[in-house]
Amino acid sequence: MPSLDDLKKRIKSVKSTQKITKAMKMVAAAKLRKAQESAEKGRPYSLKMQNIILNLTNSINDPQNAPKLLVGTGEDKKYLCVVLTADRGLCGGFNSNICKLAKTNFKKILNEGKNLKIITVGSKGLDQIKRDYGKYVIKNFSFKEKKQISFNEASIVGNEIISLFDKKEFDKCILFYNNFKNVITQIPQAQQIIPAENKKSNDKNENHQSYEFEPDEDEILEELLPKNISTQVFRALLENAASEQGSRMTAMDNATRNAGDLVDKLTINYNRSRQASITKELIEIISGAESL
Amino acid sequence: MSENFKVEIITPDQLILRTETSEVTIPSYEGQMGILKDHIPLITFLRPGLIKIKNEKEIKYYVEEGTVEFSNNILLILTSTAKDYENLKKSSLNDLIEKEEKKLKDINLTDKEKYILSYKIDTLKEVN
Repeated sequence: MPSLDDLKKRIKSVKSTQKITKAMKMVAAAKLRKAQESAEKGRPYSLKMQNIILNLTNSINDPQNAPKLLVGTGEDKKYLCVVLTADRGLCGGFNSNICKLAKTNFKKILNEGKNLKIITVGSKGLDQIKRDYGKYVIKNFSFKEKKQISFNEASIVGNEIISLFDKKEFDKCILFYNNFKNVITQIPQAQQIIPAENKKSNDKNENHQSYEFEPDEDEILEELLPKNISTQVFRALLENAASEQGSRMTAMDNATRNAGDLVDKLTINYNRSRQASITKELIEIISGAESL
Repeated sequence: MSENFKVEIITPDQLILRTETSEVTIPSYEGQMGILKDHIPLITFLRPGLIKIKNEKEIKYYVEEGTVEFSNNILLILTSTAKDYENLKKSSLNDLIEKEEKKLKDINLTDKEKYILSYKIDTLKEVN
C-alpha cells in the first residue's frame, strides 16, 4: 500500500505529463491544418502529371525503345525501397506502421532471392529498420531542420533515385509512406514508381486522344519522367507530413485522456487511504480511552 | 457558343490560377504559341518567358520551365516557377539576370545548358 505522500507525488507527476501531452496535441492540431492544406494543394499537380504521362504512354508506338524509367529495365532482380518516415516520435503508430509494411515487403523480396537496397527519409524509420536490415541501407536523408517541406527536398531524394537508376543499381523502386485520409485514419502505402505503374491504362483507352507533341514523345518523356519521380516523392512527403501531425494529434489526445483517467483513479485511492488512516486513528483513540 | 476555355496553372505547392479565357499565349518549346478554343490536343514544354492570359484584363506570369497539356478545352500548365508578373519587382529581375550570367561563365557547362541559360538571360532582359 503506497503511502499518502507517494500517491500525492504520483498524482502530481501524472498531471504534469497530462499538461505536456495536451500542449503537444494543440501544437499538432495547429500544424496539422497547415500540413493538410499543403497536402491537398499538392495533390492536383501530381495527379495531373501522372495523367499526362499516362496519355503519353498510351500514344507511344514503340514500347521497346521507350525510356527505361517508364518501362523498367526488363529485369526484376534488384529492388530499391524508399521508406519515408518522420523525424520525431510520439506520434502513435505512425512510424511503426510504415516500417511494418516495409519490413513485410523486405522479407518477401529477400525470400524471393532478390537484391535489396534501402533508402530512408527521416531518422525514426532508420532507427527501426537499422536493427534488422541495417546492412541494406545505402543512404539516409533527414530534413529535420526544415519546417516546411518544399519541392527542393523532394528533388534531392528524386535525383538520388534517378542517379542510382542510371547506374543500373536497381530495377524496381518502391515508395513507402502514409497516405493521409483523414485525421484519424492514415493508410500506410507501398507505391511503385519505377517502372511507372499504369493500372488505369485499360479503361482509359476509350477516351484516348491523339496528341500533338512538341518536340516528339520520346523527348518529352525523357524530360518528364525524372520530374515525375520527384513529384511523386514530393507528394509522398506532403502526405506523410500531414499524416504525422494527424497521428500525433490523435495519439496525444488519447494520452491526455488516459492521464485524466489515471488522475481520477489515483485521487480516489488517495482519498480512500486518507479516510482509512483517519478512521484508524479514531479507533486507536477510542479504544485507548475505553481501556482506561 | 462562348469562345472561352478553361486554363489552370498548377505548381507543386498550390493551384495558382483557375479561370476561363479566350486566348492564352505560352512560350513553348519551339517558340511563342497562341492557344484558342478547340485547339487540337497538345503536350509541350515551356521555355523561360511570359504566359499571357487574355481576359478583361491581361494576366501575365513569368515561368522558367514547365509542361503544358491541352485537351478537351482545358489548358493545364504544370510548372514549378510561376510568378505573377505584376508582383515581380524589377530589382529581383535584375538579380536573376546577374545570377544567370554568373552561371553562364562556368566552364563546365555543356553547349545545351549554355544555350538554355543564354536564352533565359535574353528573355529576362526582354521582359525587364
